[in-house]
Amino acid sequence: MERPLTQYIHPGCPPFDLREYEMTGGYSALRKALGSMSPEEVQRLVQESGLKGRGGAGFNTGMKWSFVPMGENAPHPKYLVANADEMEPGTFKDRLLLEGNPHQLIEGMILAAYAIQADISYIFLRWAYKKAAQLLRKSIHEAYAAGLLGKNILGSGFSLEMHLHTGVGRYMCGEETALLNALEGKRATPRAKPPFPQISGLYGKPTIVNNVETLCNLPHIVNNGAAWFKSLGNGSADSGTKLYGVSGKVNNPGCWELPMGVTVRELIEEHAGGMKNGYQLKGFLPGGASTDFMTIEHLDVKMDFASVAAAGSRLGTGTMVVMDDATCPVGFVHNLQHFFAQESCGWCTPCREGLPWVEKMLLSLEHGTGTMEDVELLQMHTQWLGPGNTFCALAPGAMEPLQSALKYFKEDFERHVTMHRCPYHNGG
Amino acid sequence: MITQKINKDNVATSGSTAHYTTGLQEEQYLTDLERQAIDHEIALVPYKSAAVIEALKIVQHHRRWISDESVNAIAAYLQMSPAEVDSVATFYNLIFRKPVGRHVILVCDSISCYVMKYGDIYKALQEKLHIKFGETTSDQCYTLLPNCCLGCCDHAPALMIDNDLYKDVTIAMLDRILQKYT
Repeated sequence: MERPLTQYIHPGCPPFDLREYEMTGGYSALRKALGSMSPEEVQRLVQESGLKGRGGAGFNTGMKWSFVPMGENAPHPKYLVANADEMEPGTFKDRLLLEGNPHQLIEGMILAAYAIQADISYIFLRWAYKKAAQLLRKSIHEAYAAGLLGKNILGSGFSLEMHLHTGVGRYMCGEETALLNALEGKRATPRAKPPFPQISGLYGKPTIVNNVETLCNLPHIVNNGAAWFKSLGNGSADSGTKLYGVSGKVNNPGCWELPMGVTVRELIEEHAGGMKNGYQLKGFLPGGASTDFMTIEHLDVKMDFASVAAAGSRLGTGTMVVMDDATCPVGFVHNLQHFFAQESCGWCTPCREGLPWVEKMLLSLEHGTGTMEDVELLQMHTQWLGPGNTFCALAPGAMEPLQSALKYFKEDFERHVTMHRCPYHNGG
Repeated sequence: MITQKINKDNVATSGSTAHYTTGLQEEQYLTDLERQAIDHEIALVPYKSAAVIEALKIVQHHRRWISDESVNAIAAYLQMSPAEVDSVATFYNLIFRKPVGRHVILVCDSISCYVMKYGDIYKALQEKLHIKFGETTSDQCYTLLPNCCLGCCDHAPALMIDNDLYKDVTIAMLDRILQKYT
């Protein structure tokens, strides 16, 4: 089984420096692209490979790039931003790539920048990833010293600057237009679309924002081709491998690179070692806090974009949070809604006012003071804060676990009302 | 690492209403070191105000938190209004607009840590330090804050103190962890 992204990552060991990275084939994709491919050819190759954005939205990466103005009349500077602001609760996959092989990300970024002819690139890194920051700084420095960044990279005539930007903590920064505002030193509120960042992004210039895992795939696609990348999918409709994670009360929580489309059962039972002794699986969020619950009836669903969508949820980040039978679903969802209410940027009214309301109703249910009307009101909020009623995807994302909890665990909500306490806590 | 030096004047005037006047007073408030670091960031962006988040990080690094006086000084230096600077300072979770202790303990309260009972860790910290979230110990050693997902869900519960991440935290580990910070 091929694991191109994590082949050389050994948790606990220091990542490769430039020399070691190059000895194992590192920067050969960059040499190949700069030496023998036009930017348009790189774009076409990535589009053909079927690589979809690994940050959660799952849009075809090459297609996303294709909206960037190219040619002599294109506005400059153009920007390429690596979204390393991993902050979706339950998600810990990009940390592995950032700490495990920083040069792989840098090479992927230079390739993406070349494909869109960007002049300046940023890594927007989460403040909490201190070790990654240190490693990236060192690796960027090494790349500059070796002529892999800066003016006239490897004599190709292509130039690229790269900066590391560490954030100061706000979930909204993961939304690409909010991220651009944060990079410009503003509050991280989302921007109206259109214009899309490809046309008017950072400082009003054409900009592409790609997730870390997406970018890390690029050197391997350039080296091995689109057909190879598609074959990694192992019968799935989606190409490539995927970093999957499982957390919660399982025997072996962790993050693994596996063929796209591995089943839920294989992830939980084989890789995560099954549930801890004494606990049963009750449900799980397949790809972070803003994805719909799935339950034991979905154990044979393939973890790819289309299959998870057909099961009523989203692949999201592919890092799963498992809910066991001793954890209260109302308390679980309250924890999620507390997060979303706190992290709402306040830009649009439904999200700013609705999410705290949802949070309060869930808390009163959890404390045994909630009513059946509260449960009905929660149901209504899943529509009021759903797609089309808010400025960005934060509130609709927040409603995904709530609406599915009300669907699968309605009885648990009602028991909180009839028992006047949380049935999962002794004595309430 | 957070600088140990405390600007006594800042602490004394915390919470007071900002008296904003432009000019020399604010310019002189920032140290040479802070100004050099901010100048470095200004050089990387198309206009001065784009460096405001970096400026806040720099000043906080030297003074632990952002006082009203710091807001005014940064505003004057970047040719912004204090309200603009404050709107950014108050937006981000890790810019502190109130004094914090020498060490900030960030307890992850997101979903995987919830499932793995971060609440027990928080309760134990409360008992040991006699403070709740948002409070600072009387000796100014620790400030206790909740924090969004720290991205190590496979090693929940997790917490961070200053730049150090602690994974698979148990109550039994807490004394040894806390001892490292004085």
